[in-house]
This record gives sequence, structure tokens and C-alpha cells, in this order.
Amino acid sequence: MTTMQTSPVVKGDGPQLNKRHRSFRPNTKHVPILATLGLLVAMYVSGLANYPRFDNPMVVVNLFRDNAVLLVVAVGMTFVILTGGIDLSVGAVISLTTVLTATLLKADWPPLVVLPAVLVLGALIGAGQGAVIHYFKVEPFIATLAGLFLARGLALFINEDSIPIRNDMWRELSDFRIPLADGVSTKPIAIVALLTLLIAAVVLAWTRFGRNVYAIGGNADSALLMGLPVGRTKIAVYTLSGFCAALGGVLFSINSTSGWAGQGNGIELDAIAACVIGGVLLTGGSGFVWGTLLGVLVTGLIRTLINFQGDLNVAWSQIIVGVLLFSFIVMQRLVTRKAR
Amino acid sequence: MSIVKKRLFWPSLILVVMLGINVFTSNQFLTIQDGHLFGTLIDILRGSAPLVLVSVGMTLVIATGGIDLSVGAVMAISGAVACLLIQDLGNQNSVASVLLIIGIAIAVALVLGLWNGTLVAVVGIQPIIATLILMVAGRGLAQLVTDGQIINVQSGPYSTLASGFFLSLPVAFLIAVAAVVLTILLTRRTALGLLLESVGGSPTASRLAGISARRITVMVYVVAGGFAGLAGLIYSADIKSADSISAGNLIELDAILAVVIGGTALIGGRFSIIGTVLGAVIIQTLRITVVALDIPDKANLLFKAVVVVALCLSQSPEFRAKVFGRFKRRPAVEKVAA
Repeated sequence: MTTMQTSPVVKGDGPQLNKRHRSFRPNTKHVPILATLGLLVAMYVSGLANYPRFDNPMVVVNLFRDNAVLLVVAVGMTFVILTGGIDLSVGAVISLTTVLTATLLKADWPPLVVLPAVLVLGALIGAGQGAVIHYFKVEPFIATLAGLFLARGLALFINEDSIPIRNDMWRELSDFRIPLADGVSTKPIAIVALLTLLIAAVVLAWTRFGRNVYAIGGNADSALLMGLPVGRTKIAVYTLSGFCAALGGVLFSINSTSGWAGQGNGIELDAIAACVIGGVLLTGGSGFVWGTLLGVLVTGLIRTLINFQGDLNVAWSQIIVGVLLFSFIVMQRLVTRKAR
Repeated sequence: MSIVKKRLFWPSLILVVMLGINVFTSNQFLTIQDGHLFGTLIDILRGSAPLVLVSVGMTLVIATGGIDLSVGAVMAISGAVACLLIQDLGNQNSVASVLLIIGIAIAVALVLGLWNGTLVAVVGIQPIIATLILMVAGRGLAQLVTDGQIINVQSGPYSTLASGFFLSLPVAFLIAVAAVVLTILLTRRTALGLLLESVGGSPTASRLAGISARRITVMVYVVAGGFAGLAGLIYSADIKSADSISAGNLIELDAILAVVIGGTALIGGRFSIIGTVLGAVIIQTLRITVVALDIPDKANLLFKAVVVVALCLSQSPEFRAKVFGRFKRRPAVEKVAA
């Protein structure tokens, strides 16, 4: 990505080369993230101004707890979108994971066998989709749509009803609270989500695999000519996304101590929206998981604001979500356009 | 080129197989009753009308490299508007007022399409997000129109849209055919199709070549909105009520699937209206076949998944080469050896 501080060089102001300018103008690839961050803060402040109990730290802490599943799924989605693909199957993988977890636990399988088993299954579904996309050149949108039908179809086939989980480990994990400060505590699932985010950020920024992901998203043909393992990387990102979705499903099953085939319906669109709001380009090659985090927080904060308003019915809250999403995206668009 | 290698050969084959299954399982595949055609085949033609309409609009949007997730919400809104207005009519059977109301509902849908198109082409938001806004807010709007209730209507002329017959063919089917023929004429007999493909190929290059890419992009979203509105009217006329929650639910995915089965690439550029129609009819036939085969409810989606996977793989040249190539390669090797 080219930087835009070229004009002073043309002017020939050699030595004093705009140290000042640099400190004022962020790198272009960070502009969408900074814009999102600024708007997120503005949204939080407007919440503070309008609702008396909004300053409770639990508002922020709960944001991470309530959106833990979305965050995990969106992190996996970020990798896929960075390569220029898309994964519609994540919601279905979540539902299959919760149903399978609940069914196996009900059949008295040891939890430490169930946990890795469902995670591996999620990864395998992802790998299968990746293989179909790479080897048979099926469009990601369609291959993962078929994956969606398949995974949710399997979940419905196993059990159409909600299955309660009575396993002790799941119960304890569900009831466990991690104290952060006086009167402020959170659930383990929020910590798992944040750890996933951290690992993903490190992998994306500082490993060869991360570089390959960006290279393929930028231009898959060039990446191939440069000798990068395009096929392996593509299959790996879908595997990763499948794994993240399965992890999200496990978190779901812990949070609700139940498994249900309708779980995670439509979460794929929320995850894609979170990525795009966070500045990840759907064409691939540009974006960061930190942006995805901000995107998740924006959608979460919109929902929190509506909860604080309280007196809205379903119809109005859907409309307000749309209006807020709209104003957010338009403002983001204006900010980033000006910066260019 | 042999017929087996034609892009639409495999989808057509799957359609024929499914229709064949229906010939054997249904007791009336095609008969004449009460002076018009009747039977499973007619059910398929009639039932696929909404999906065909939505998918044809989606094809145009996808041809420009966009996508429209809001079609389901637009269907819900147009149905809600129409039913609300018809409910208030003194005489629900007055043809003139029902026609006027249908016009109003379609106008509302066109405005919603204009909104999508403006967000994409003028404001410059990525299509998937721009239309996601209306997808989320639209169902809320529809519920607001109906005040959260399901509005029932008893209007003869309105139900004709879905269940009426003209020249012994279902009216819904004729509407879909008219829309398809009109679209094909406009895109293939004028330069419009070429312009669409050029915008889909590269908006910048098209603009430099003197094509008003922005206007064309706005136009396809408007058309997609109008078709979705029409589909919503047929849907609500069929159930004689406005159901703002289940009308057009998840139809965007089926429509995109139909477009891709028909051979239009999601990255934009070349498109095939006929292919899309074939895709939409396949999806509807699949729905009816599932019922005809007495597949249990909970295995419905699994059956659909298997057919979709088979369809996608059969259309991939790489897959065919890997699977069928094995049989063909052997004689070639022998020839070299000899």
C-alpha cells in the first residue's frame, strides 16, 4: 500500500521532511479503523449523556460477554475475507456444534472427549469447504452456502428440539465468574473470545501464514507466481473459520447450557457486517482483526443502547438498528473519504 | 462442443430427473380440470413465480458486481402495503382500486430499490452492507405498516394474482414469463446488457469509456426492488394476507443460489437470465419433490444440501476433469505408446 506523504518530497523540502505531517496524518490503511474507533467512542459518550446508569463499568464488560460468540466467529471470518473469500456456513456450524455437544453429553460421553471432537469436526467442515473451493474452483459464496445447508441439515436431522445440558463441567463453566474489580465480573467465555482475538492478531501480523493471507487477498495470481502456497493457505483459512465457528458453538452451549439446531441463525451476516464496519475490505487484502473487534463492539453497543431505551417493540428496534448502522456507515464513509 | 460440456447441461439434467420422479410419485402430474391445466407441473410453474422474479432482479444486480440482500424485506413491505390498503377498501372486489393499490405497492418497492442503488452507487458503500441495512430495517418497517398483526384480505381480484388462471395457465406464471421476456428483450436486443456486463467487469473502465456506470448501477437496484415487490404481492395474494415475518424469509439466499446455478459469476460481468430462470425452477421443483418423496421434515434441509452440492460439483469443470478424466486418459496414453 502506498503512503500519501509524497507531496513534500516533490516540493523538495528535503531535510525537514514533514516529521510534523507524519505525526498528524495516520497511515491510510489505519484510517478506517481510527474512524470506527472515533465513532464508537462518540456513540458511547452519547449513551452516557442520555442514560443515567450507562457509566456503570458493567456496560463495557458485558459488551464483551454478550458478544463473545460473535467476536470469535468474526475473527475467523476476518481471515477468510482477507483472502477475498466469504464463509456463510459459520452459523450452521455453530448450531451443529451445540446440538452435537448436547447430544454427546447426554449420552454420557466424557466432556474432555466431546470438546476436542466438536472442535475438530468444525475444522474438518471448514477444510472440506476450502478444498472444494480450491480444487474444484466453486465460488466461496456457493460452496459455503451448501455447507450451511449441510451443517444445519445435519443439526436438524440429529434433533429438532432444544436439548438441555446437565453435565457438571458445562454447568460450572456457565456459572463461573471472573472478578475484575469491585462488583465487576465477567464470564470465562469473554476471556476465551479475547484470547482468540489476541492469537489471531499475532498470527496475522507476525507469521508467514499471516503474510500469505494478505498476499493472496491482494492478488492470488501474483501470490501464486511468487511461489506462495496459495492452495494450502486458502484451505487453512476456511479450516480456521470452521474451527472458530465450532469454538463459538461451544461458547454458545456453555452460555445457554443447551443445544438447539436454530442456534446461530443469521450470525454469518452479523460477522460479515462486523468485519466490514471494522474496515476489512470484502475484496480481500486489506484490514485487521482489531477493526473486526471494533465492528463487533459497534453492533453490540447499538443493541445495548436499544436495551437502555427499553420501551421499543421489535419492529422499532429493528428499524433503529438499521438507522444507526446506516448513519454509522455513512459517517465512516465521509471521514475516510476526506482523509484520502 | 459436445452437449455434455454445455454449462447448463447438468442443471437441466437434474431438473429433468426431479420432474421424472414427480411424474411417478404424484397422482396428477398434468391434467385438465375445471377448464384449465392442473397438476404438479402447474404447481411448480405457479410456485416458482416469486423466486423467478426475485432471481431475475438479482441477476442484473450481480451482473454489475453487486448483491442485494434486501429482497426478502422488500417482499414483506410490498405485501404489507398492499394488504393494508385493500383492507381499508369499501369494496375489496373492485378491480380498478386493486390495480391502483398494486401500482402503489410496486412504486414503494421501486423507491426502496432506489434507496439501495443510491447507497451503493452515489454514497459508495459496499453492496452487501448497503443492502444489509434495508434487510434489517425493512422487516421492522413491514411490521410497522401492519402494526405487528397479520392482515387478512378477502379480495377476489387480488387473489387472482396468485391463484387465477388466464388462457388455462396460472396468472402468476404468466406474470413471471412476461417479466423474464421483457428483461431478456431489454438486455439482449438493446445495448443495455452489454453496458451491464461492462460495468460489472470494471466500473472505472466503463466510466472512462463513456458509460454512465453510476446511473446503470442505480437502475439495476431499482429493477431488483420492483421485481421483489411484485414477488411480494404474488406471495401475499397466495396466502391472502400480509405476514411481515415469514414473507420472503431467506429468499435472498435461494435467489443468489439460482443465479449461480444459472452460470452467472458473483464477481459480476457476464450473466444469463435463462440460466437463472432454470436455477429458480430447479429450487422450486426441489421443494415439491421433497414433499412428493415423503422425506421426513427434519431431513428436508439435508436433502436440499445434497442436491446443491451435486449441482455445484457438476458445474465445476475441474471436478468433471478429475472424476471423468480418469476414464478418458487411458486411450490417449495407449495411443502415444503405440
